[in-house]
Amino acid sequence: MCGAKQGGLDLKGVDIDKEAVIQGQVLRGEEPVGGAYVRLLDASGEFTAEVPTSATGHFRFFAKPGEWTLRTLAPKADPVDRQVVAQYGAVAEVAVTV
Amino acid sequence: MSRESALVSADWVEEHKSDANVVLIEVDEDVSAYDAGHIAGAIKLDWKDDLQDPVRRDFVNQQQFQELLSARGVKNDDTVVLYGGNNNWFAAYAFWYFKLYGHGDVRLLDGGRKRWELDSRELTDDVVKREATEYVAKEPDLNIRAFRGEVEEAIGVKNLVDVRSPDEYAGRLLAPAHLPQEQAQRAGHIPTAASIPWSKAANDDGTFRSDEELKALYADAGVDFGKDTIAYCRIGERSAHTWFVLHELLGQENVKNYDGSWTEWGSLVGVPVALGDEPGQA
Repeated sequence: MCGAKQGGLDLKGVDIDKEAVIQGQVLRGEEPVGGAYVRLLDASGEFTAEVPTSATGHFRFFAKPGEWTLRTLAPKADPVDRQVVAQYGAVAEVAVTV
Repeated sequence: MSRESALVSADWVEEHKSDANVVLIEVDEDVSAYDAGHIAGAIKLDWKDDLQDPVRRDFVNQQQFQELLSARGVKNDDTVVLYGGNNNWFAAYAFWYFKLYGHGDVRLLDGGRKRWELDSRELTDDVVKREATEYVAKEPDLNIRAFRGEVEEAIGVKNLVDVRSPDEYAGRLLAPAHLPQEQAQRAGHIPTAASIPWSKAANDDGTFRSDEELKALYADAGVDFGKDTIAYCRIGERSAHTWFVLHELLGQENVKNYDGSWTEWGSLVGVPVALGDEPGQA
């Protein structure tokens, strides 16, 4: 899960030693889902942030080290929860399938 | 000030979007969202370029607001319906502006852009041009806007509601987690402020919770509805969302939005700051 994978979002300008980055892509089968909503919930389940996915289905959060839940909402799909661990020095890369 | 007068549903918008006196306005944090697709007929306001003074840290004044709405073709007697992304944060912020400058009939689309998209309702990239008007803005209503001096006097006296995420409240983060960490000099919260994240007032799809749920939310967190209330966040947009809930949906009087918020308070010399998950002492 950790370590930027090939084809992920460009990290130019992002200092991953200072930002605990969580990023990834929302997919329906093999197809990226643009305009989905990814919510970042903290370890207690409390909402922390939300971003819409780009046209290529990508999203990114600047979190802090720790355990998080990504909740993805997309049209014509049930919400999908994924657990993720964020840390400094490495990007948590997550693929979410709806 | 009630749910019926301040909030409209997506179905209401579908039925009324072609009405001559209904003006749909999209306001987003991501200012490119509108150009990629918006509700048919909607115009756009840019929360930064249109609604902030370009030099000072303040929002547009009465004259600037008047000129803006005149140029965008909004009339004083129009029904303005605001919506946007981020669970209507910036649309609620714009709603607060419209109220501040005395617009008669302004409403928020429940759920904003997110609910609209999740319902797979239509968006268009059509260019919308409205004929210029002669909009007249009123003197700003400072009954709904708080400044730092009043906030300091409110510590331990009025309800202070911090609507940021728990980690921002406690001082573990300085900004929402989808933004690079920056801004205020110090982290934490205003002593005695209750932590009631804006998100607790909304469902996952961005629509507002019921009045009964909302009343219980604030009462359980220690808000005394018999007292005046000041809401704040980082830059005043999420707290505009909570201001909308308290003032417009629940009809509470004497609710103010402190738009200086944490980026101001956390950089002020000489003011008290509390750290951790508890409100702290006055």
